[in-house]
Amino acid sequence: MTRPWFRRLGDGLARTRTELRGHLNVLLSRGPDLDARFWEDLEDALLQADMGVTATSEMVDRLRDAAMREALPDARAVLERLGAEIAAEVSVPGDDPFDSGPATVLVVGVNGTGKTTSVGKVAKAAAATGRSVVIGSGDTFRAAAIEQLRVWAERANVPVVERPHGSDPAAVVFDTLTEARSRGADLIIIDTAGRLHTSADLMAELQKVKRIAERESPYPVRVVLVMDATTGQNGLVQAREFDRALGLDGVMLTKLDGTAKGGIVVSVARELAVPIVRIGVGETADDLEPFDSLAFARAIVGPVDT
Amino acid sequence: MFQNLSDRLQAVFSKLTGRGVLTEADVDAAMREIRMALLEADVNFRTVKEFVARVRERSVGQDVMKSLTPGQMVVKIVLEELTALMGGTESRLVLSGRMPAIVMLVGLQGSGKTTAAAKLARLLQSQGRSPELVACDVYRPAAIDQLEALGAQLSVPVYRGSGTDAVAIAQAGVKDAVARMRDVVIVDTAGRLHVDEEMMAEAAAIRTAIRPDQVLMVVDAMTGQDAVNAADAFAERVDFDGVILTKLDGDARGGAALSIKAVTGRPIKFAGTGEKLDALEPFHPERMAKRILGMGDVVTLVEKAQQVAETADIADLEQRLKAGTFTLDDFLEQLRQVRKMGSLSDILAMVPGAGRLPKDATVDEGALARTEAIIQSMTPKEREKPSIISGSRRERIARGSGQSVYEVNQVLKRFSQMQKMIKQMQAAGGGGKKRRRGMPGLPNPF
Repeated sequence: MTRPWFRRLGDGLARTRTELRGHLNVLLSRGPDLDARFWEDLEDALLQADMGVTATSEMVDRLRDAAMREALPDARAVLERLGAEIAAEVSVPGDDPFDSGPATVLVVGVNGTGKTTSVGKVAKAAAATGRSVVIGSGDTFRAAAIEQLRVWAERANVPVVERPHGSDPAAVVFDTLTEARSRGADLIIIDTAGRLHTSADLMAELQKVKRIAERESPYPVRVVLVMDATTGQNGLVQAREFDRALGLDGVMLTKLDGTAKGGIVVSVARELAVPIVRIGVGETADDLEPFDSLAFARAIVGPVDT
Repeated sequence: MFQNLSDRLQAVFSKLTGRGVLTEADVDAAMREIRMALLEADVNFRTVKEFVARVRERSVGQDVMKSLTPGQMVVKIVLEELTALMGGTESRLVLSGRMPAIVMLVGLQGSGKTTAAAKLARLLQSQGRSPELVACDVYRPAAIDQLEALGAQLSVPVYRGSGTDAVAIAQAGVKDAVARMRDVVIVDTAGRLHVDEEMMAEAAAIRTAIRPDQVLMVVDAMTGQDAVNAADAFAERVDFDGVILTKLDGDARGGAALSIKAVTGRPIKFAGTGEKLDALEPFHPERMAKRILGMGDVVTLVEKAQQVAETADIADLEQRLKAGTFTLDDFLEQLRQVRKMGSLSDILAMVPGAGRLPKDATVDEGALARTEAIIQSMTPKEREKPSIISGSRRERIARGSGQSVYEVNQVLKRFSQMQKMIKQMQAAGGGGKKRRRGMPGLPNPF
């Protein structure tokens, strides 16, 4: 199970690439002509990647325009340009909250995106680099979420602070930060219960969690949204609402090891200017990787240089 | 982001007002709007293409073009076609007569299988069945504990087995249900990616081993274009009979679900609409079509209202309305009825045109609870006769309910407005002559 990291990343992305090669073949294999069919197929490919109808139309219009003004010679040149454009859209400058000095990081998101798993993975990675990590079990709502995080804490060999099921998550944050201070920890990661962004009560609860964290944390408090790569257009609304309630410092994109491309983060990165900090590409503890905007763009566009 | 589709179509057609005729160009403009709306709702892009072609064909037909309200006709065609895409009529869970009947749940990670398993158990329980849950997710840490905790809430037995062989656990679980005389078994399986060969083979092996009556795929309503890829793979490798659509309580339009029916032919059977275990409802294609189009869901709203309003109470209330003795206690009862229907934002989502509310209009879910607290802090006498509530009483009520005196005043004001309204209705209902004379105490307008 312990293959070198570049192999694992390769495995995860390979599946995405294979799937995309299908589109690429459609887009490149039937000749280099920039005819009406090419533009239509290009549009379909972007829609299928969950880029969304607005972003897709804009992107296609821009490429058509560029193709005309700059006399892009063929389909390959357009796809190369597309890759560069997508990469530019998702490269939002910003630090990785997990890897830029001491911090308290709240991990938030809707239900089922992989928050608890991501907390476990990121804690393990940080502990492996010699940081002193404490994690807080702030999901006191979902049955057995506390037990799940406990297993991850053991795998990562870091302490976890918990309170019984049904406790106030803000109290867990208080306890976690007390524990972290006494241990002199320099990275505190807090798991929270999944919640739909439409639930005003639960969003207010998160705001309270953040307030307590800010009051008790010796370090800056950062908020990271975990988003599932299979999410469709609702992802933008999710990100918008979590950002409005808490202010987001980063996005983790999970489940990129399937066939979903996570194109919605292009809109998220553009509209909210939030950097994408990590991607989840597998189920083992080591399958969380830094985000590479070029690799991401290539995954959507497909390899152009073959 | 999601503007009401019927509004958009209305805008497209509005320039035709008075002419009552649609040209093909008008229809094409409308089709572009429909395409946008469907793609924004995450309907699969191929499904959208076919759909738009079909609607266009019907819309340029003679009946529509010559209709007096062609715009409305097109909206109607869209609605009909969307409903047909989603399976036409409600598709029920079909269980055989064998003991026990077996339902197996499959799906991607995080789609909500474990919660759906518990909700389904509760639903079957409420129909007089005695379900047992079988926990076959041997991979995700604490997944089995999660199912066990949910089962305990429902007093439904959960079989957890031992070891890491999901097929053996499933088989032993069914045997356990036989021994306990349970009549339906719900098998929860691990989340798996449809491209994971090994895991797909495991799901197929469980299916072969226990021969379920129904295999249901659990799908997150927020899924995008990839839903179809996943569903296709599950249909091919494991085969499933229907879909449970989860997390519909958010604002996702759930277009992915529509595509699954269109692409795999498998209908949606249930929809998960909340975090509580009773939030699982039979799926109604027509209502979902309206939701995808942003047209509201009045039928569900009315049904919910009927469910909570106990008939006896209503007759009683009518009596008191007629007698003009509507008190704060009745007001409180009304509030409670509304709260039973679910959260205000849920209710609002079902109201047609609610999408037109300003974007930042938020629903204050706490308002009802605060009002309830204020009324509960009053003495029975005060509730009967609010006019006796003096300044010092107001202060006491405010303290008792943890609200400000201002809030207390607001509640009293709203109540007196409501009383006035009721009196006006009484007067209005009193026959033509009386109405002509105007309201008692008001200057005669004639």
